[in-house]
Amino acid sequence: MDVLNALVAFLNFVFVPAVAYGAQLALGALGVTLIYSILRFSNFAHGDTMAFGTMATILFTWWFQSMGWHFGPLPTALLALPFGIVVTCALVLGTDRMVYAYYRRTKAPPVILVIVSMGVMFIMNALTRFIIGVGEQNFADGGRFLISAGDFKAATGLAEGLAIKSTQAITVVVALICVGLLFWFLQKTRAGKSMRAYSDNEDLALLSGINPDRVVQITWIIAATLATIAGVLYGLDKSFKPFTYFQLLLPIFAAAIVGGLGSPIGAIVGGFLIAFSEIMVTYAWKKVLGYLVPADLAPEGLVQLMSTDYKLAVSFAILIIVLLFMPTGLFKGKSV
Amino acid sequence: MTRNRTPLLFAAVALLFLLTGMYQSWNLALNILTMALISSIMALGVNMQWGYAGLFNTGVMGFVALGGLAVVIMSSAPIPEAWAAGGPRLLAGLLTGAVTIAVAIFAWGRLPKGRMRNVVMAVLLVGGFVLYRGVFDPAVTAVEAFNPATAGNIGGFGLPSLWAWPVGALFAAIAAWAIGKTALGLRSDYLAIATLGIAEIIIAVMRNEDWLARGVKNIINLPRPWPVPYEVELQKDPGFLGWVANWGFDPATASSIVVKLIYIGLFGLVLAGLIWMSEMALKSPWGRMMRAIRDNEVSAEAMGKDVTRRHLQIFILGSAALGLAGAMLTSMEGQLTPNSYIPLRFTFLVWVMVIVGGSGNNWGSVLGGFLIWWLWVMVEPMGQWLIGAVTAGMPDGALKAHLLESAAHMRFLTMGIVLLLVLRFSPRGLIPEK
Repeated sequence: MDVLNALVAFLNFVFVPAVAYGAQLALGALGVTLIYSILRFSNFAHGDTMAFGTMATILFTWWFQSMGWHFGPLPTALLALPFGIVVTCALVLGTDRMVYAYYRRTKAPPVILVIVSMGVMFIMNALTRFIIGVGEQNFADGGRFLISAGDFKAATGLAEGLAIKSTQAITVVVALICVGLLFWFLQKTRAGKSMRAYSDNEDLALLSGINPDRVVQITWIIAATLATIAGVLYGLDKSFKPFTYFQLLLPIFAAAIVGGLGSPIGAIVGGFLIAFSEIMVTYAWKKVLGYLVPADLAPEGLVQLMSTDYKLAVSFAILIIVLLFMPTGLFKGKSV
Repeated sequence: MTRNRTPLLFAAVALLFLLTGMYQSWNLALNILTMALISSIMALGVNMQWGYAGLFNTGVMGFVALGGLAVVIMSSAPIPEAWAAGGPRLLAGLLTGAVTIAVAIFAWGRLPKGRMRNVVMAVLLVGGFVLYRGVFDPAVTAVEAFNPATAGNIGGFGLPSLWAWPVGALFAAIAAWAIGKTALGLRSDYLAIATLGIAEIIIAVMRNEDWLARGVKNIINLPRPWPVPYEVELQKDPGFLGWVANWGFDPATASSIVVKLIYIGLFGLVLAGLIWMSEMALKSPWGRMMRAIRDNEVSAEAMGKDVTRRHLQIFILGSAALGLAGAMLTSMEGQLTPNSYIPLRFTFLVWVMVIVGGSGNNWGSVLGGFLIWWLWVMVEPMGQWLIGAVTAGMPDGALKAHLLESAAHMRFLTMGIVLLLVLRFSPRGLIPEK
């Protein structure tokens, strides 16, 4: 029995990665859920918006690096992030003007907007591929670890090490700031309140003089900002590859729906729920169990419920179960 | 104009193929045509679901891949040693899993609500899972241990490839039944997301379950469907050589063209049969009922129509068409490569075909299949030419190389633009529903 080592192994291999991944998913899911509650459709282009925003940020990062500008121990990408956000917002607002606005005017059914977002997805995907290609890009620089496994072992004398990558710490801090700002915005400011009013009841909101175009624009700006931040954090933590971002769409949707589409709190809870289940189901528990049970009972196999390639299957199993038993999600989302 | 619209549009698309043949090569034109026929069958399948019934299925890729899997299981060569090592036990494992799920569903329905039910469900599911893994895992290890360099899977039945086509449709239909039972009650965009995910899961299974179809190690050398000869055999056949010499053709080119023509005849027959059936179905009272349900579910239900059952029915039928197309594709390519299934190509491209052609109209979907597939293939050389022309005056360097390289991505851009333009200016498609 060695509870302490088991706990450290659990923290190192499950908890810390899941918190970082959950925060990235939550930021993505917040964007999906906001678009859903204001524009009333599921945006299939969200994954590619993330990819585009990350790409823009990477380009600025490279430029800053070539100029010799650095951000101390932090990754240069954080310095480039605001610029990436501005470019992405411009693209998304332009798309709204040129594409989506027409369907809002003609009051097209939501499912048509979903198909339209498929077209936008194709174009954004192509733009990203045009500009940066399909290959994998690493753009993380600055300090690698907040705590490295070796230091942790030396400091505590335990057999297991606990490593916290600086990108994981940055992810959590940035996500906390974003969520805090978002909730402050939605609860306290006039624009945020008008967004909530518009989401609850469009007709009453229009009647009370809220400008729908403004609400829609603010929504797109927030969604693009969150998408860029989520994409950059994911890219810093792992690496950037356009196709991976397209696939991120699936767990992000799962997170938004599990939490209840249209509910910001739900999106955050959903993000962490999906991240923890993905990692816990596909993690090989041999090491942790080895510390917990007596040596002669130690498991022979990997004690892995499913192979890591089935991550997607896990998020979708949760999605289906939640939809079957709580059709509006955990936090009472809305349905159109 | 409206009356002649359909034949005119088809003539225009035919002209595109003819021009390709005349100015590029007939081999290329026929190549595009074979794939266009398969794409049209996929588009017909999606049109049944979306156009007749308004079901938003974005899991096309999964059903197509299941059709491909059917070809491997039916027509790849048997591997008796691998089967003997673990075949029956594999089936027993899968059966254990299925029985567990069935018992759990049964228990959920029968037991009274409360803590008792939750405990029973947990015990059933966890116990069933442990039992399943206990039976299944050793069998997988045994099968994959046999000759992993060339086999490592349970092998197939070694039956003619043509037989795999209906089986592909059957596989897809069974999957559609299971998916429809759980997900069809969902709202349209939830259904879209659920099917998108299920397709990814199907591909993940095919990629990782090496015992089934060797996963990413791929299965190659699948036999061709019945009447199609191999080019090398044609080139050895004295009758064929004499005939070719008579007309003054090159034997290599002629044999590859003959093979393609036979494929086109075969696929054309299947497509014609499917169109005939879909047209008859659409005109029948059943077709009118489907459209009535699509246009107003509540009133159709008030008329005593069982909306849920009809939705399930059409979902299964449409998916079967997708599975059929998938089986045809794999038996033509002669190999199954799970990594080649990507959603943009197999799901969203088919959607572009249906929307552009005209949803709700079978002829529209077929036209969309031909036109969009032609565009998909031809955009790349056109993009290369365009970018080549733009960069001709540029000095050689990284930027020029990058631009030339990125011509390959033109197709995604074009597809997006075509889809958006059609949705904006002709939302009912090129051949609208009558």
